[in-house]
Amino acid sequence: MIALDDVCKAFGANRVLCGVTLSVGRGESLVVIGGSGSGKSVLLKCILGLVPPDSGRIALDGQDVTRLPRDPFLARFGMLFQGGALFDSLRVWENVAFRLLRGPGRRPRAEARAAAIAKLARVGLGAATADLYPAELSGGMQKRVGLARAIAADPEVIFFDEPTTGLDPIMAGVINALIREIVVEMGATAITITHDMASVRAIADRVAMLHDGVIRWQGPVAGMDAASDPFLQQFIHGRAEGPIAALR
Amino acid sequence: MRIVLAPLAVTGAAVLGLLAGVGRATLFALSVLSHLLRPPFYLREFASALMTIGYFSLPVVGLTALFTGGALALQIYAGGARFNAEAVVPSIVAIGMVRELGPVLGGLMVAARVASSIAAELGTMKVTEQIDALVTLSTHPLKYLAVPRVLAATLAVPVLVGVGDAIGIFGGYLVGTTRLGFDAATYLRNTVDFLEFWDIGSGLVKGAVFGFIVALMGAWFGMNSARGAQGVGAATKAAVVTASVLILAANYVLTELFFSA
Repeated sequence: MIALDDVCKAFGANRVLCGVTLSVGRGESLVVIGGSGSGKSVLLKCILGLVPPDSGRIALDGQDVTRLPRDPFLARFGMLFQGGALFDSLRVWENVAFRLLRGPGRRPRAEARAAAIAKLARVGLGAATADLYPAELSGGMQKRVGLARAIAADPEVIFFDEPTTGLDPIMAGVINALIREIVVEMGATAITITHDMASVRAIADRVAMLHDGVIRWQGPVAGMDAASDPFLQQFIHGRAEGPIAALR
Repeated sequence: MRIVLAPLAVTGAAVLGLLAGVGRATLFALSVLSHLLRPPFYLREFASALMTIGYFSLPVVGLTALFTGGALALQIYAGGARFNAEAVVPSIVAIGMVRELGPVLGGLMVAARVASSIAAELGTMKVTEQIDALVTLSTHPLKYLAVPRVLAATLAVPVLVGVGDAIGIFGGYLVGTTRLGFDAATYLRNTVDFLEFWDIGSGLVKGAVFGFIVALMGAWFGMNSARGAQGVGAATKAAVVTASVLILAANYVLTELFFSA
């Protein structure tokens, strides 16, 4: 469904992606792992067009994403941002229903609010949270609201950027389980970027490791532990010693 | 040779950087203008910006105008006394307020209050990825964030200037009648008789231009803020300083345009 072919991106002298070739099939859940600053977030932003790649091709269903009409293209995506990226000035339900309140698929406010409350319920939040502002929520609740916003318009593709960062292990487990349930239930294609191995095992069908700007290893999650790649083994076991320099 | 060329290279790079920045800001301004008339229109955001920029700026603009009008009356009285022209106080206060001090001081106060708040808000939205989130939700950030604020400021600041003019003249009236011995009816008659429509109109046009500058600078620096708290702080400072300098420069250009012989 999504295919990246030899994608490169540099910021000044810093070459972040140096020929990434990767694909994810319809309904598949791909998790991209890699150290901090390895370019995982840039990879997602390149696919969405938030950051234009310097070279290479990114295709959605075989069509070059740069040639697709922008709004219909983006309407197929939902994204959970690392820090939630909830709009401070809007109430929780207005955040969740943001797309439903604007644009071509606009619905009446009452209907959009009801749809938002239903999505909030799907991520385990009661209707009482709907009228709160994001600043009044805990980190875990903000992630859930972000997740509800990402799935509000029933997208075909969902991106999860570090979904468990900043959460305690129990809340991280809850979010991981929720992501897996929702992706399976919606039949959506998912790309998650994380360095949390618990997330990888809970969410992934397939895993790709990004290191030094290229996909160092990729394969099914079940084959990850048995893989012989020393970079992958160092990463998944969190060893300080190994081919990946601890100080980057 | 290198000793001679090195400072020139540094100066050249700085000038090129400045020109590139001016060029990008100009393109941003043109983009905002081009979006003003194209749907979608975010009326809720526009109404909210109108309240924040216009209504909530009334106290600060009103107080500034009140004290300025009073001080102006005292100054003109003291200056006029040197050649027995104390009677000009009401008309000079009125003309000075509506043509110059009302729009300029009102614009500068709005720059301090509004440009800073827009830059800090949008800068924080940028560093917390809220602007990226807008894009993923099929919403053009410039159209959703900048256009309603710029339009609201362009419409609200002339109204603020008009109210400020009236309060400033009232400040002059208070000082004139209570401290300088003017008769209330004479003061008001002298104010009205010597004031022409274009005196007021030119000030309101200035207000609209200053409002545009204030919101545009707030949005430009906010949406181009660097990362972190320091980046947002720098964007806020740059927005206020640039808006203030541009207001004073635009004031000179407009005054030259409206009133030069």
